[in-house]
Amino acid sequence: MSLLELRDLSVTYAGDVPAVRGVSLSVAPGEVLGVAGESGCGKSTITNAVLRLLPKSATVGGSVLLDGEDVHGMSFGRLRAVRWATASIVFQGALHSLNAVRTIGRQIAEPILLHEPKTSRKAADLRVGELLEQVGLPARRARDYPHQLSGGQRQRVMIALALACRPRLVIADEPTTALDVMVQAQVLQLLSGLVKDLGLALVLISHDLSVLGTTCDRVAVMYAGKVVEEGPASVVFDDSRHPYSGALAGAFPRVGDPRFRYAPAGLAGDPPYPGDLPAGCPFHPRCPVAFDRCSEAEVELLDVGAGRRAACLRAGEAS
Amino acid sequence: MTAIAWQRRRATASRFWADFRSHRSALVGLGILLFFGLVAVFASVLADPAGLDVTKATAPAHAAPSGDHWLGTDQNGRSVLTLLIHGTRVSLIVGLAATAIAIVIGTVIGIMAGFYGGWARSTLMGLTDWFLVIPFLPLAIVMATVLGASLLNIIIVIGVTSWPGTARLVCAQTLSVRERPYMERARALGGGDWHQMTRHILPNVMPLVLAHVVLTVSVAILSETTLSFLGLGDPTRPSWGYILDNAYGTGAMSNGEWWFVLPPGLCVVAVVLAFTLVGRALEAVLNPRLREGS
Amino acid sequence: MRGYVLKKVGWSIGTLLFVVVFNFFLFRLLPGDPIGLYTRGRNMSPDQLIRLRQQLNRPIGEQFITYLSNPFASTINSTRFNRPVWEIIGERVWPTVLLVGTAVLVAALAGVWLGIRSGWRRGSRFDRVTTGTTNTLYAMPEFWVGMMLIMWLPFFPSGGINSVGVTGFLPTVVDTAWHLVLPVTALAIVYLAEYTSIMRASLVDELRQDYLTLARAKGLREDLVRRRHAVPNALLPTMTLIFLNLGFVIGGAITVEYVFSWPGLGLLTAEALRGPDIPLLQAVFLLFSLGVIVFTLLADLLYAVLDPRVSTQ
Repeated sequence: MSLLELRDLSVTYAGDVPAVRGVSLSVAPGEVLGVAGESGCGKSTITNAVLRLLPKSATVGGSVLLDGEDVHGMSFGRLRAVRWATASIVFQGALHSLNAVRTIGRQIAEPILLHEPKTSRKAADLRVGELLEQVGLPARRARDYPHQLSGGQRQRVMIALALACRPRLVIADEPTTALDVMVQAQVLQLLSGLVKDLGLALVLISHDLSVLGTTCDRVAVMYAGKVVEEGPASVVFDDSRHPYSGALAGAFPRVGDPRFRYAPAGLAGDPPYPGDLPAGCPFHPRCPVAFDRCSEAEVELLDVGAGRRAACLRAGEAS
Repeated sequence: MTAIAWQRRRATASRFWADFRSHRSALVGLGILLFFGLVAVFASVLADPAGLDVTKATAPAHAAPSGDHWLGTDQNGRSVLTLLIHGTRVSLIVGLAATAIAIVIGTVIGIMAGFYGGWARSTLMGLTDWFLVIPFLPLAIVMATVLGASLLNIIIVIGVTSWPGTARLVCAQTLSVRERPYMERARALGGGDWHQMTRHILPNVMPLVLAHVVLTVSVAILSETTLSFLGLGDPTRPSWGYILDNAYGTGAMSNGEWWFVLPPGLCVVAVVLAFTLVGRALEAVLNPRLREGS
Repeated sequence: MRGYVLKKVGWSIGTLLFVVVFNFFLFRLLPGDPIGLYTRGRNMSPDQLIRLRQQLNRPIGEQFITYLSNPFASTINSTRFNRPVWEIIGERVWPTVLLVGTAVLVAALAGVWLGIRSGWRRGSRFDRVTTGTTNTLYAMPEFWVGMMLIMWLPFFPSGGINSVGVTGFLPTVVDTAWHLVLPVTALAIVYLAEYTSIMRASLVDELRQDYLTLARAKGLREDLVRRRHAVPNALLPTMTLIFLNLGFVIGGAITVEYVFSWPGLGLLTAEALRGPDIPLLQAVFLLFSLGVIVFTLLADLLYAVLDPRVSTQ
């Protein structure tokens, strides 16, 4: 049974801005799901929807099932109990997500003391030390304030923080974006190791396909608030069925792969503003293979092979 | 000016007005200001200025409100209402004129500091910081004492003590405008310093200064009231602060002469509040960052 | 940290010099006969006048040096009290500290509380009422508030610091507290408006920050999110601004002390105006400026102590 299941989730922000438009995804324990897409495609909105952290003005449709329980139907008390204890988040931008006037030790200990009220202060401090060592930081850094750490160290603190209450699901929103390549590799290794050792479910959100390709079991590609292609990580980018996934993959060429020698890298234009989407397939104005029917009606996800789905009229024509 | 430019300006103006109108409190403020503005303009029509003359006052002193004197009389038998009506004129003139002085000084220093940068900026802004440290009311008191009491002196005193805030704001704005691409274009096309400052920087800095101007007026009016209350105002041009000074000096509070104490204060509160409301709304409309803030 | 402190102290010393120089020239360069300014409305013996003229006829540089060597004594006695100005000022400092200190304490506590409540639920009815009231209170001249209080609450003493005939330590303290009620209320009402809006603005600035989302995601109750995370961060700029304001607040006490005949520096200023007593005015003005510099420095240092981003550098 899947630990997290999104069923036709839609989120509309104030001013009639649909950020997420009917997304269905699921993750099982021990599994890593990658979510890819450009900024503004609704990735981070999904993160916040899982723990019901969206602004009050946002309207949510569909359901978010966490361990079979609908998050948006929970009482506030139940919601607070589930937050961080069942599912936690590695937020994007560690500098601003950490409270600048509290030591990181106190910030990591806070959810432990909250969700396990019987824990003594001392036991919590010990656990904070273990968590920091688990992410490769010396335990004494617990006494430091966020600004005393480097960007990579702060990001690791965010991961330690996410693991504080031994959650079964971790959502990592661009955990490596601000880091240099060496640190990035370390952080990713750390995360995959935890999935294996602790058997947790991980949702890895990133715009960087090289990150997703090496770490994830399955990948979902999002565009304009919808999943446009989903499948095993190994095939989605090497043999994409949606031109957008193909373009994303092309934007991250691999050295030595002859396929990238002549392929045009990148994609012209910008993603559409969610409040003003083009008719039909929202990707068609930027699509290299669009034809007239593409602008007529939106395309739903279709099965296109073993465990694969894609939302493109030309998905059948294997490249 | 081309037709397109005018059209664009008209569109900007109407969008601005629509934004501004959505702030209900600002419209209330504007209404209050309109009322007091009309009172100031038609002061002599509404109340005979002869009523200000102590020697011509015939009514009993310290009289309670009656049909003849709606708001009673002061210690000399002058109608408080007449004093209030003519005080409106003085308060508004001082507020506006002093603000004009402050804005001119502040804008010139701010633009120069922001535009030339480097040495000029650190000198001018250092000076501004120093003037910010000097407590406003004591400085104004000292200057008013030394210059002597007259309407013009009060205006000068408030004007030359109120500019540092404007200078800081304008300098910060100038710095951000200076970095915009069209400034580089103006430089590349050979626009001189004067041209750049007056044609490019000033028009871009002005909108924010406008909101600040309105807020400065409210402070200037409060300052005028305070200085007049301390007896530093022009005794021949009664203002609201002057009425309060007289009320205090003749023990109006202990005699329960509410008509002597309450109305001038209410006028000050209404006008200052109105300027504040309008200024805040302007700020919110002109500065999008603040708009989400509240 | 050390660099920060040194920089701030250096700035304060520079500003102090500026204020001293400014104070000297303000009274020398303004139009009018200096003798007239120093003696206006005062009966002085020809002997005194000659001495004064001799002093003022020395080269301005020499006068400046004399002035710098002892800015408060100012070589000339107060014309009103005929005593050295610093002696008079010394007697008047404590009543002002008592009055302003009490008012600021009351206003800061209440203002911070109101600011937190209205900022946290911004746009709520409580917020709209608070903001409206704050704007109105802010528009009130504090001396007018004082006059209204005297008029409507006649059972409180309307002036002075002690009643005649009160002796003994405890009765004096109680009597002073009784006399404090109205002037403190008048001052506190106006400061309250200021502190409330500062705290509200600081808190509203924090509301958008990501660390609050993280705090909620951890499962904290809303009041804990506010108390543990939002408020400590918002208090930093508020505390600094309140301290920074303290220096200016003393200037604001002038009219209230005048209205309530409170024997502090403010009343002394008002008394120095009638005359005018230029040497006294000059010294009081210097003292007020000094107060602002000292409190600006204290505010900067307080910030450094409270904000780990500065203190742990």
